Amino acid sequence: MSASILEVEGLSISFGGATRRQLVTDVSFKVERGEALGIVGESGSGKTLTMLSLLRLLPRGADARVVRACFDGRDLFSLTPAALQDVRGREIAVVFQDPLTALNPVLTIGRQITEVLRRHFRSSAADARRRAVELLANVGIPDPPLRLRQYPHEFSGGMRQRVTIAMALAGEPRLLIADEPTTALDVTVQADIVTLIQRLQREQGLTVIWVTHDLALLARIADRVLVMYAGRVVEDAPAAKLFAAPKHPYARALLGSIRQDAPRRNRATSIPLTAADAGALGCPFAPRCAEARDQCRSVSPVLKVYGGDTRAACWALDDDGARGAGS
Amino acid sequence: MKFLASLYRSPQTRTGLILLTFVVLVALAAPLLAPFSPVNVDPSGRLLPPLSRVLASSTQGAPAHAETALHVLGTDSVGRDVLSRLIYGSRLSLTVGFLAVLISAVFGSLVGCLSGYWGGWVEALSAWLIDVQLSFPFLLLAIFLLGALGGGTLAVVLVLALGTWVNYARIVRAQVLSIKHQGYVEAAHATGAGTLRILFVHILPNTLSPICVVGSFSMALAILTEAGLSFLGVGLDPSTPSWGTMLNDGRDYLLTAWWIATMPGIAIGVTVLGVTLFGEGLRELLDPRGLR
Repeated sequence: MSASILEVEGLSISFGGATRRQLVTDVSFKVERGEALGIVGESGSGKTLTMLSLLRLLPRGADARVVRACFDGRDLFSLTPAALQDVRGREIAVVFQDPLTALNPVLTIGRQITEVLRRHFRSSAADARRRAVELLANVGIPDPPLRLRQYPHEFSGGMRQRVTIAMALAGEPRLLIADEPTTALDVTVQADIVTLIQRLQREQGLTVIWVTHDLALLARIADRVLVMYAGRVVEDAPAAKLFAAPKHPYARALLGSIRQDAPRRNRATSIPLTAADAGALGCPFAPRCAEARDQCRSVSPVLKVYGGDTRAACWALDDDGARGAGS
Repeated sequence: MKFLASLYRSPQTRTGLILLTFVVLVALAAPLLAPFSPVNVDPSGRLLPPLSRVLASSTQGAPAHAETALHVLGTDSVGRDVLSRLIYGSRLSLTVGFLAVLISAVFGSLVGCLSGYWGGWVEALSAWLIDVQLSFPFLLLAIFLLGALGGGTLAVVLVLALGTWVNYARIVRAQVLSIKHQGYVEAAHATGAGTLRILFVHILPNTLSPICVVGSFSMALAILTEAGLSFLGVGLDPSTPSWGTMLNDGRDYLLTAWWIATMPGIAIGVTVLGVTLFGEGLRELLDPRGLR
C-alpha cells in the first residue's frame, strides 16, 4: 500500500447545458499522508471546484469525470450516497472560506458542533457536549461552556473561523481541506488561524490541503505545491524546489509578484490580464506568457516529470527541465 | 425562563402575552368562573340587560344560599347567561384556532419544505395543489364542505386548516429556495449530514420566524372565520357556547338587546389582538440576531 492518502487522476469538470464549459481539465495529483499540500491559483482557476468535486459537493449542473479518485484505498466516485455521507466530515472535512456564511445563524455553536458528533459517533447528548467543550478549547476559544450556548453573530470573524475549524475536526477526519480559510479575515487574525491549523496538523497527524491564492503563505506551510491555471495543473513541485526554481512561466510570474529578491527582469509585479478560456486550443497561459511561441498557441503542453518529483506543463522546458534554448 | 423574560421586555409583546394569558386562563378555569351554566335556558329571564338580578331559585348554577343571582352581562333570547357563555366560548374559539393553525402549519410547512428542497415533480405537484386551493373562494368552499360534512368542531377545524395551509406552503417554499444555497447548508453537507438532517436541523429552524408570523395572523383569522361560519349557521352546533354562535343569536336583537352580540365581539377582538401582538414578538425572538 502506498503512503498516499489521496490520489486523483484525470479529473475533469464541466458545467452543463447546451453551451458546455470545461472548467477543470485532466487534473491529477497525490497527497501523501501527513503532508501539507498547497493548491495555488487565481480566482476561477478551478481550485475550489476540484476540492468540492472530491466530496461530490459540486453545484447542480456541474459534471465531474475522473479516471481514478482514490482516498485511502476507496474510490470516492463510486461510493453510494450513504457511504459518501460517512466519508464527509468523518474522513475528509472542509473548512470554508467565509466563516460568516458557513455557520447557521439560528443554531447555537454548541448545537452545530454536537450535530456533527451525533451524526458520526452517535454520541449521547452529554458526551457530545463534553467533546464540544474540548474541541472549542482546542481551537483556542476561551470559556467554551459559555460560548457553546451562543449564536454565530456573537462571535468575531476570527472566532467564527475557529468554530468552523472545531466543527471540521469534530469528526476526527484524516484529511482536512482548508479552502482559503483566511481570505475573509483580518490580516492580524490570518496568522493566528494558520498557526492553529498547523498546530492541529502536527498534533493530530492530519493531512491538510491548503487552497489559496496566497503564495507567500504556502512558502511557510506547504510541503508540496500544486499550481493551477485555467483549470489545469501547470506545475506540481516540492515547495522548496518551487520557490527556489519555478519551472512554469506562470509559477515564475506568481512568485515574482511576491518576491523582492528576484532578478529584476523576473519581477513581474503584475501579469497582463487576458480572459483565460480553458476550452481554447493550445496552452491556456499562452496569451499572457512572455515566452509564448507558435507551438504554445496551437498545442496544449502536457505535464512532464522532471527530476523525479516535479511536474510541469510547458513547451519551453527541455528534457532535464531547464529553460529551453529558445527562451 | 430567559425566553419568557425577553418576551416580556417589549411593551407590545407584553400586552399580547397578558391578553393571551388572560384568555387562556379564563378558558382553563371556565367551570370555576362561570356564574351560570352556559346552556341552561330560563324562559322567565329572557333578554335581561347587563347587571340584572334574578331570583336564585330560577337558576340551577347559582349557590343555594343566595337570594338573588346577578347576570353581569345580561341574558340572551332564551335566557342563557351571556357572561357564562362568553367564558365557555373561549374554550371553543381557542381550541379551534389553535388546532387549525397547528394542522395547517405542520402540513403546509412540510409541503413547502419538500417542494422547495427537491423541486422537480414534488414541486410541480404541490404548486398544482396550491393553485387549485387558491382558485376556490375559501368561504364558499368552507360552506360547501361544512354543509356536506355536517358541521361540528372537528369539521370546522379541518376546513380552516384546509383553507390556510397554502400560506405556509408558499412562504416556507420561498424561504427554503434561498436557504438551501446558503454556505451553512453546503457546510452541513460537507460534514456528512443527510437530507433529513439538512432539512429539519439546518433549514427548517431558519423558516420559523415567518411561520410564526403567518401562524399568529392565521390563528386570529381562524378565530374570526370560525365565528363567521357559526354566524352563518354552518359552523358549530347552535347550542354550543361559541362566540360565533352567540353573534348569530344576537344579530336579531342588535337594536333591542345590544349586549348579546357586542360582548362576544369584544371577546373576539381582544383575543385576536393578543394573538397578533404575541406572534409578532415571537417572530422577533426566534431570530437570534434580534436578541439582546
